[in-house]
Amino acid sequence: MKVIVPVKRVVDYNVKVRVKADQSGMDLANVKMSMNPFDEIAVEEAVRLKEKGVVTEVIAVSCGVTQCQETLRTAMAIGADRAILVETSEELQPLAVAKLLKALMDKEQPGLVILGKQAIDDDCNQTGQMLAALADLPQGTFASKVEVVDGKVNVTREVDGGLETLSLTLPAIVTTDLRLNEPRYVTLPNIMKAKKKQMDIVKPEDLGVDVSPRLKTLKVSEPPKRGAGIKVPDVATLVDKLKNEAKVI
Amino acid sequence: MTALVIAEHDNASIKGATLNTVAAAAQCGGDVHVLIAGHNAGPAAAAAAQIAGVAKVIHADAEYLAHGLSENMAAQVLAIASNYSHILFPATASGKNIVPRVAAKLDVGQISDITQVITADTFERPIYAGNAIATVQSGDATKVITVRTTGFDPAAATGGSAAVETQAALADSGKSTFMGSEIAKSDRPELTAAKIIVSGGRALGSAEKFNEVMTPLADKLGAALGASRAAVDAGYAPNDWQVGQTGKIVAPQLYVACGISGAIQHLAGMKDSKVIVAINKDPEAPIFSVADYGLEADLFTAVPELIKAL
Repeated sequence: MKVIVPVKRVVDYNVKVRVKADQSGMDLANVKMSMNPFDEIAVEEAVRLKEKGVVTEVIAVSCGVTQCQETLRTAMAIGADRAILVETSEELQPLAVAKLLKALMDKEQPGLVILGKQAIDDDCNQTGQMLAALADLPQGTFASKVEVVDGKVNVTREVDGGLETLSLTLPAIVTTDLRLNEPRYVTLPNIMKAKKKQMDIVKPEDLGVDVSPRLKTLKVSEPPKRGAGIKVPDVATLVDKLKNEAKVI
Repeated sequence: MTALVIAEHDNASIKGATLNTVAAAAQCGGDVHVLIAGHNAGPAAAAAAQIAGVAKVIHADAEYLAHGLSENMAAQVLAIASNYSHILFPATASGKNIVPRVAAKLDVGQISDITQVITADTFERPIYAGNAIATVQSGDATKVITVRTTGFDPAAATGGSAAVETQAALADSGKSTFMGSEIAKSDRPELTAAKIIVSGGRALGSAEKFNEVMTPLADKLGAALGASRAAVDAGYAPNDWQVGQTGKIVAPQLYVACGISGAIQHLAGMKDSKVIVAINKDPEAPIFSVADYGLEADLFTAVPELIKAL
């Protein structure tokens, strides 16, 4: 069984990004970029399934600019076998990415696609579910445990209030939550090995997908700032303020 | 122009998030209908009919809808989607799971986590963990939306008298099966609906200490319990207590952060709270920059003192 793992190149989660002065978007010049953390968990899970012998090949896919090759090399350093870049400089929204992935699924016929549940830049949380809909496949989102048994995949999901477990027929789509696994550190020998792995580059047109954005961003602005509060010297003052000034208790 | 709200419910009653979503739907400018899809969900449908501003309730009842499986829920929505200009779900775990399936099948771009309705096709939504607010305009025929409940005051739960219409059941997709769930039973208010939240961080040091220090404070205040990602990762608190960018987004009247440093990802989940209290012994902790009342102290002495003083 093959697994496809889509990975997104995003601003590193440690970077504090700023809105551009003209409100046209975020200032991303010279900002450190990394693999979306949830996607790293997805790659790790796919590689572990391969190490268990459940999966035969892990294919990392990224959609976006040329530099996404670096993200794909990282995925291959974690253990993905090969990579496909769908290269475009156009803005890609989740529906477009889902369509590109669907086209690649048709070609590669994977048994599983494992995606991050959300990207930490646009915070959309859409692509996996959209792909499942387009491919008419079952989905197990926000996974904290994934087990492949007898032609099915059991997915334990993080839901409001606790956990639930679903059994999905294969092929299926899984999206990862934070605590599915802890991705391994990539080692130098594996980084070197990843450089020699196969990377194919295609264009959206080759896949017959129209990627034009559906949502137009009119402006991006700073959120309202919270007024700076005060420091209280002791617990008694705190209780007094909460009772008599804020009136919340 | 009519908006459809997909209710979050437990078959017996309506969850609070539904009311905020109805309020957002009303701002889109037309009538508001509510879909109750569930099993033996008559009481939930009756409750939805009482919500102020709801013109019609559509009730779909079948065993395969009992567990809210996304494949079946999306199909139920798609069967009536053509009647609506706007389709809105609360941005809960359940809503986030189902909506993109609906959007993709309708071939429209989804608008996630809206915090404001500007016009019928233009909305505000936070991006980059709430470090920026994007104003986006949808050119698609149907607007498919998830609503960040903290952005909208809830519609009144009573005062309406909508007709309840039954929607024919469809077939089970057969592709996914519900195996079971572990939902923690608790008398505490739900995290996203609580008026007061007390939240603990890594400084608690262990699951035992977390329970020993934080639980009495929550009991005293009638509060829900939350946690930072660091505390959850360390196993001090259950996963679904995590407040932050990728966990729960909350906006209670009072948020008490104990031993939480205040990473941007955590602030993203709670900075819209009305009053924020931070108790932390590190004077440089970023949490103090958003706190209305900061107490620079060791939480192991300050919290018991606070419990006594309340």
